[in-house]
Amino acid sequence: MRKLLNTLYVSSQGAYLRKEGETVVVEVGGEKKLQLPIHTISSIVCFGNVMCSPFLMGFCAERSVAISFLSERGAFLASARGAVSGNVLLRREHYRKADDADSSLSIAINIVKAKLSNSLAVIHRAIRDHGAKINVNLLKDAANKIKRLIKTLSDAKDLDEVRGYEGEGSYEYFAVFDQLILEQKEDFVFNGRNRRPPLDNVNATLSFAYVILSHDLRSALESVGLDPQVGFLHRDRSGRHSLALDMMEEFRSVIADRLVLSLINRRQIAKKEFAKSASGAVTISDSGRKTILTEYQNRKQEEIFHPYIDEKVKIGQLFFIQANLLARHIRGDIDGYPPFFWR
Amino acid sequence: MTVLITYDVAISTEGGAKRLRRISKACANYGQRVQFSVFECALEPAQWVKLKSALEKIIDHKSDSLRYYYLGANCKNRIEHIGAKPSIDIDAPLII
Repeated sequence: MRKLLNTLYVSSQGAYLRKEGETVVVEVGGEKKLQLPIHTISSIVCFGNVMCSPFLMGFCAERSVAISFLSERGAFLASARGAVSGNVLLRREHYRKADDADSSLSIAINIVKAKLSNSLAVIHRAIRDHGAKINVNLLKDAANKIKRLIKTLSDAKDLDEVRGYEGEGSYEYFAVFDQLILEQKEDFVFNGRNRRPPLDNVNATLSFAYVILSHDLRSALESVGLDPQVGFLHRDRSGRHSLALDMMEEFRSVIADRLVLSLINRRQIAKKEFAKSASGAVTISDSGRKTILTEYQNRKQEEIFHPYIDEKVKIGQLFFIQANLLARHIRGDIDGYPPFFWR
Repeated sequence: MTVLITYDVAISTEGGAKRLRRISKACANYGQRVQFSVFECALEPAQWVKLKSALEKIIDHKSDSLRYYYLGANCKNRIEHIGAKPSIDIDAPLII
């Protein structure tokens, strides 16, 4: 099993990243803050005004280390990648499958099934752990509705139908999401999902968690030679990493949402980390983002059993494993795409 | 695995300063400098073979010395740090 390598997050404003020998050097205010051998990291994420030398970018492209540039608030700006390489046959087959309605449909159904079943896992866990404190009937009701959707999903005839079930499923899930917030309820009120910009503390945290998750999936897909822009469930749109978004569906609830919930419920993040601008958009402070990133990185080190490959793996490795399984399905080595079902 | 590399280079000999510089650069490519002539390198066996042969080509075997300490995979329990210049944990979240 490939070793889970670390991600370097640079959020110091005015930082400058450059190459020195085989290492990445981070300078802040002309002072060397960190020097790391390139083989210890798998990707770099820059927040806000962070500069990278072109030589470092070229070096990272050569070593397939992904670099993403995000705004200070965490909105995606750009990513750097080197010359297109890898397996051209795999990529061609990927495009053919994406153009073919039946193949796209079967992959999309599997992904949405996993997404809904994983949101169920989050709800079930809340019932199990905190049944005394929350409105169990409401949660059970939503869980039953989602269960029914999963059953009907197998009979979906086209992608629009799948998208419809997915929308309904996430609506049911987010309708009870507020119930899963157990602590600091007055500061973290959730009334449905909103974004661009997020209008409350919970949505701001969720959006930020999704951005870092999508960076990880994009680099996992690139590392197995798939084109992260060509999706099955999400349609092509210039600049959008549709396939990364597809793959994210499996992990949103169990990785990002659970992360957000535990940050709030364990009081690791508090009201003072959030600010509301005149337009109503909510932003997260530097220290708040640091807390989220630290917790996210820690979570990726936790181990979990992967039923399909029958092995214990780190959560951070799941992205690579799923990308690999998708590539194997596209190549024709396995009949269907086996998504990851959380237990 | 983690290897601790320490070295002594006789800088008074001819080309000593150059060897010292080249040794420290080679080590920095694979690990982190924890003290002036001490590097902790977390690497794969193949990388270790590469680094080792690079280092042994640089030094002058008559006047310089290299010492390797093999700390294995569970090195964290075997390392304790006191005082200035704490090392960074490359498995922990890296946020600058």
